[in-house]
Amino acid sequence: MLVQWKKDADEALAEAKAAKKPLLIDFSAAPA
Amino acid sequence: MPLEAHIKEHPAYFHRFDALWTPTVLILDSNGEERYRNEGYLPKDEFRAQLELGLAREAFMNKNWSEAERRYGEVLDRYPNTKAAPEALYWKGVSHYKATNDHTVLGELAEQFKQKYSDSIWALKTLAWDH
Repeated sequence: MLVQWKKDADEALAEAKAAKKPLLIDFSAAPA
Repeated sequence: MPLEAHIKEHPAYFHRFDALWTPTVLILDSNGEERYRNEGYLPKDEFRAQLELGLAREAFMNKNWSEAERRYGEVLDRYPNTKAAPEALYWKGVSHYKATNDHTVLGELAEQFKQKYSDSIWALKTLAWDH
């Protein structure tokens, strides 16, 4: 399953709140 | 819901969420409260088990005891040989206790730790309930 990663934190937080779902944040420094 | 924060694209997010090392994974609840943090690489199964522990923790911290118990049970079922398993067993029992106020659950949990994961720190935490 392909993960649809969000890029905007405020947008993701707002969507998580609206959906009443947790938000996972992946902090990475790995080369793309 | 997944958010990607790459240090080159969003360095400000590292400061905002106190991420000082990579990889770091956070699980926030729907109100934006941090409920779980994992720093550093892990083998695939250990990592998956940790993520599921994080989701269980999110349910626990929001006092959703039945959902927390179910999620901790899933960690135990799916990853019984990982480092996450004894933690899942401990919190599964505690979630059940929180839901029922049945203190006999805690003694049973201490008994379970004698049979499995007896060398874990989680087993030590049940010794007070061992009568």
